[in-house]
Amino acid sequence: MRWQQTKDWIEHRLPIFSFLDKELNKYPAPKNLNYMWNFGSLAGIILMIMIATGIFLAMHYTPHVDHAFNSVERIMRDVNYGWLIRYIHTNGASMFFIVVYLHIFRGLYYGSYKAPRELLWIMGVVILFLMMGTAFMGYVLPWGQMSFWGATVITNLFSAIPVIGDDIVTLLWGGFSVDNPTLNRFFVLHYLFPFLIVGLAGLHVIALHVHGSNNPTGVEKKTKKDTVPFHPYYTVKDLFGLGVFLIVFALFIFYAPNYLGHPDNYIPANPLVTPAHIVPEWYFLPFYAVLRAITFDIGIPFTDIVLIEAKFGGVLAMGGAVGILALLPWLDTHPVKSARYRPTFRKFFWFFVIDALVLGWVGGKPAEGVYIYIGQAATAYYFFHFLILLPYLSRNEQAMPLPASIDDAVQARKKYGAKK
Amino acid sequence: MRSILSIVLFSVFFSFSALAAGGNIHLPEKEWSFDGFLGSFDRASAQRGLQVYKEVCAACHGLDLVSYRNLEILGFNENEIKAIAAEYTVVDGPNDEGEMFERPAKPADRFSNPFTNEQAARAANNGAYPPDLSLMTEARPNGANYVYALLTGYKDAPKDVKMMDGMYYNEYFPGHQIAMASPLSDDLVEYADGTEATVDQMAQDVVNFLSWAAEPNLEDRKKMGLKVLIFLAFFTIIFYLMKKRIWSDLH
Ligand code: HEC
Ligand code: HEM
Repeated sequence: MRWQQTKDWIEHRLPIFSFLDKELNKYPAPKNLNYMWNFGSLAGIILMIMIATGIFLAMHYTPHVDHAFNSVERIMRDVNYGWLIRYIHTNGASMFFIVVYLHIFRGLYYGSYKAPRELLWIMGVVILFLMMGTAFMGYVLPWGQMSFWGATVITNLFSAIPVIGDDIVTLLWGGFSVDNPTLNRFFVLHYLFPFLIVGLAGLHVIALHVHGSNNPTGVEKKTKKDTVPFHPYYTVKDLFGLGVFLIVFALFIFYAPNYLGHPDNYIPANPLVTPAHIVPEWYFLPFYAVLRAITFDIGIPFTDIVLIEAKFGGVLAMGGAVGILALLPWLDTHPVKSARYRPTFRKFFWFFVIDALVLGWVGGKPAEGVYIYIGQAATAYYFFHFLILLPYLSRNEQAMPLPASIDDAVQARKKYGAKK
Repeated sequence: MRSILSIVLFSVFFSFSALAAGGNIHLPEKEWSFDGFLGSFDRASAQRGLQVYKEVCAACHGLDLVSYRNLEILGFNENEIKAIAAEYTVVDGPNDEGEMFERPAKPADRFSNPFTNEQAARAANNGAYPPDLSLMTEARPNGANYVYALLTGYKDAPKDVKMMDGMYYNEYFPGHQIAMASPLSDDLVEYADGTEATVDQMAQDVVNFLSWAAEPNLEDRKKMGLKVLIFLAFFTIIFYLMKKRIWSDLH
């Protein structure tokens, strides 16, 4: 009774309880969501884990070139459970990217970027950009060899921008090379960006809750029969997914904590010794491959006029490889959303997945010999998929008949005993 | 979609893991007691490894990140640790007169470094720098096997290889020419427990010791991991059953 009165008192002034009830409890969700719909809530949970562990790391970390490496080792050796916190944070970054990449591929497969979810999708792409920046700067903080040389290679890319490039690089460095001011600003920004991500993720969810989730049929929900209340149906399903995810996460943290990292980052940064191969973390490899695929100047044919130098071309291609996702709602305008009812699109979706994996594989190889050509072919295909194939299919692909409603699709599947 | 997804996931992991492995020189794979889900340090071997480190490697290599007190994990008691520390002197200060002074090392001190700075280390080693060994087994791909292979991998140079001055041929060092002469030879140290000090034995012992030095919390990590996994498995099963139950009225 007391509780009810308190609740009413608060509710009258801040309608938090009705809000939660509407958005988490009664919130109608399509009843046919499969496990690919688990990755959104998982991404949110990992974001919280990263912020929590990051704050504890920051209490012991020293952003100074003379102390950063040893302060991380102190966390590993002397801080109570410091090794645990750091391994969660380090492997959490990898888990974050796995989950978000799966989340994105889910969207690509089921056409979740199409109306009325374009802004929702674009905010997702902005989150991806911020995540990449955050992870890149985080990797610099322990100030190992890969930290230093990764930072040097990537910041140097900005010098390729015509006219203002060199000034941008000086601004990033806070000087004339990657040095203490660089480490300091990277630490500050690494602390800041995750909170920007929280804000954007909030908007992302607000936009989501306007029209609700897409679903495997791509047919919008119409009647009550198509949906179930979020709680308990999807809360329990998300919990189960969380359990499975945490098991995978724990296997890395406790039994292969350095498996996804690079041994060179256990060598303190040394500006005088360049590592044999400078490779970014695995989650950047596909984009690193795109960057390195542009080995040629782009100019006006049969003249010496160079419009875009190779280096700048690489930077544009790499940025474009992520940025093009934001244009997807206008590149794929086919009225049918889900690949389930678009057999041709479906085939090409899987080609695209293979292409992305090939890019990731090439990104980890030295840029020499046959790898250059494989990287170039895979890069060309990447852009071909978005810029040519999807617009072409939008106009020419004959889709299969759509179910009249989500409920119809579910009933039909039940009848034929189809599992998938 | 689901089954294809798991295939994709696995292939991603395996293709990227090939990267982590790196290097093209094939290393012999040994079985280490600290490998695996229940891995733990072979204390007797690691203690002998400490002796090898102290009597051989410490002439050139530091172990800057490890304190004497950490040796407790390897089974040394307080008095033994005090005695080990006291074998070394460290520079402390300034005292009330503003002077730096020397004193015997205490358990809380870091392992004493043979050189005061990199230049001194290079000067004593023909210009080559003996790197700190605290993280050596983590700082090389397949580190434990690599250090073992390196220590046992000295050979006469093949005839077609031109050795540079002051370099020694080693089968497993990248480029095969290393500035460290083979640090181990049979019976170089005398083990108190009567173990025969072959090169192979000393190499194994010092790798056990260095693997501990690189990650002194490894045993805690693996033990906690097991508990966490059991806990998670239990709750995941519960959630699965709950999920089935709750959804059963729909299916
Ligand atoms: C006489 C001095 C000396 C002694 C004693 C010595 N080392 Fe070295 N060590 C060196 C030098 C110098 C290098 C650098 C070699 C190079 O870069 O070519 C080196 C390099 C190494 C490396 C790094 C190889 C790499 O991949 O970069 C390891 C590991 C190593 N030593 C282990 C040991 C161990 C274990 C012992 C004791 C059993 C030992 N060393 C004893 C001088 C020494
Ligand atoms: C989007 C969320 C985040 C991502 C993806 C991320 C990613 C990373 C990565 C990849 C590293 C390098 C780990 C290593 O190799 O050692 C790192 C280190 C670090 N991060 Fe984060 N991080 C996030 C959030 C945060 C937050 C919110 C904070 C602080 C409040 C933080 C503080 C730190 C500190 C202090 C380090 C250096 C210690 C270390 O290297 O282990 N992180 N982060």
